[in-house]
Amino acid sequence: MVVEHVNGKNKGKVMLYALSTCGWCAKTKDLLRELGIAFDYTFVDLLEGMEQNEAMDQVEKFNQSGSFPTLVIDNRKSIVGFREKEIREAFGA
Amino acid sequence: MNDAGVREQDVDRTYETLVKDATDGGYRLNPDAEFVKNLICGLLKNEQRYGYRACPCRLASGKKEEDLDIICPCDYRDSDLEEHGACYCALYVNEAIADGSRKVAPVPERRPPRSERGRKKDAAVRTITPGMAPIFSLSLPVWRCKVCGYLCAREQPPGICPICKAKKDRFERFA
Repeated sequence: MVVEHVNGKNKGKVMLYALSTCGWCAKTKDLLRELGIAFDYTFVDLLEGMEQNEAMDQVEKFNQSGSFPTLVIDNRKSIVGFREKEIREAFGA
Repeated sequence: MNDAGVREQDVDRTYETLVKDATDGGYRLNPDAEFVKNLICGLLKNEQRYGYRACPCRLASGKKEEDLDIICPCDYRDSDLEEHGACYCALYVNEAIADGSRKVAPVPERRPPRSERGRKKDAAVRTITPGMAPIFSLSLPVWRCKVCGYLCAREQPPGICPICKAKKDRFERFA
């Protein structure tokens, strides 16, 4: 799976599942950058075949509807959609 | 040409068309033109990739018959506008948001999850078979546009919805 890493403050394992065409995914990514947090992201629409299926399985583990953006923190907590307040709070910002 | 490989002039042209079609049909687009143009860029990117304008905020399968419900405007737009004031990706919004008196909030996904999709097989366009006739007898079948709800009684659905311009494959047998 193609995962891009963004450097920043370590706030645990932060993984963003996004779509390259989605405006709300872009806003979520911008917010994480603004908060200066280290995170990984992948554009699920750009993955192919098995890789895309595996990524979707991961997303669905945390978000049954399989929608985007899905932000997974420490393989435990997830925030679905561009929920600015929740995202800021999750990182104590 | 931008990062997504979509030409700026195509985005601008599509923007003009969408604004006109929305206004003609009684809909409103998100007042944030830059946000809308980004969505349009996604729509055009999907048109390049898949051959149809799948919702930029949802993962398309690339198989048209599985993605018919998320071709923009999607089957869920009107319900989401009603309940949340915006469609799933917030391309279409209600009056209050269009006028700036209310803000867009995230819209939860209404589309069934992968595992439940296609369980209820309802072919978008079915030809009439004798056994399908309802108890009360209509002289013609009634077709419903899944995008805007337009109904018409005729042998086959129209090639293009006269109200919202959705294509024939977005119609379902209603009665």
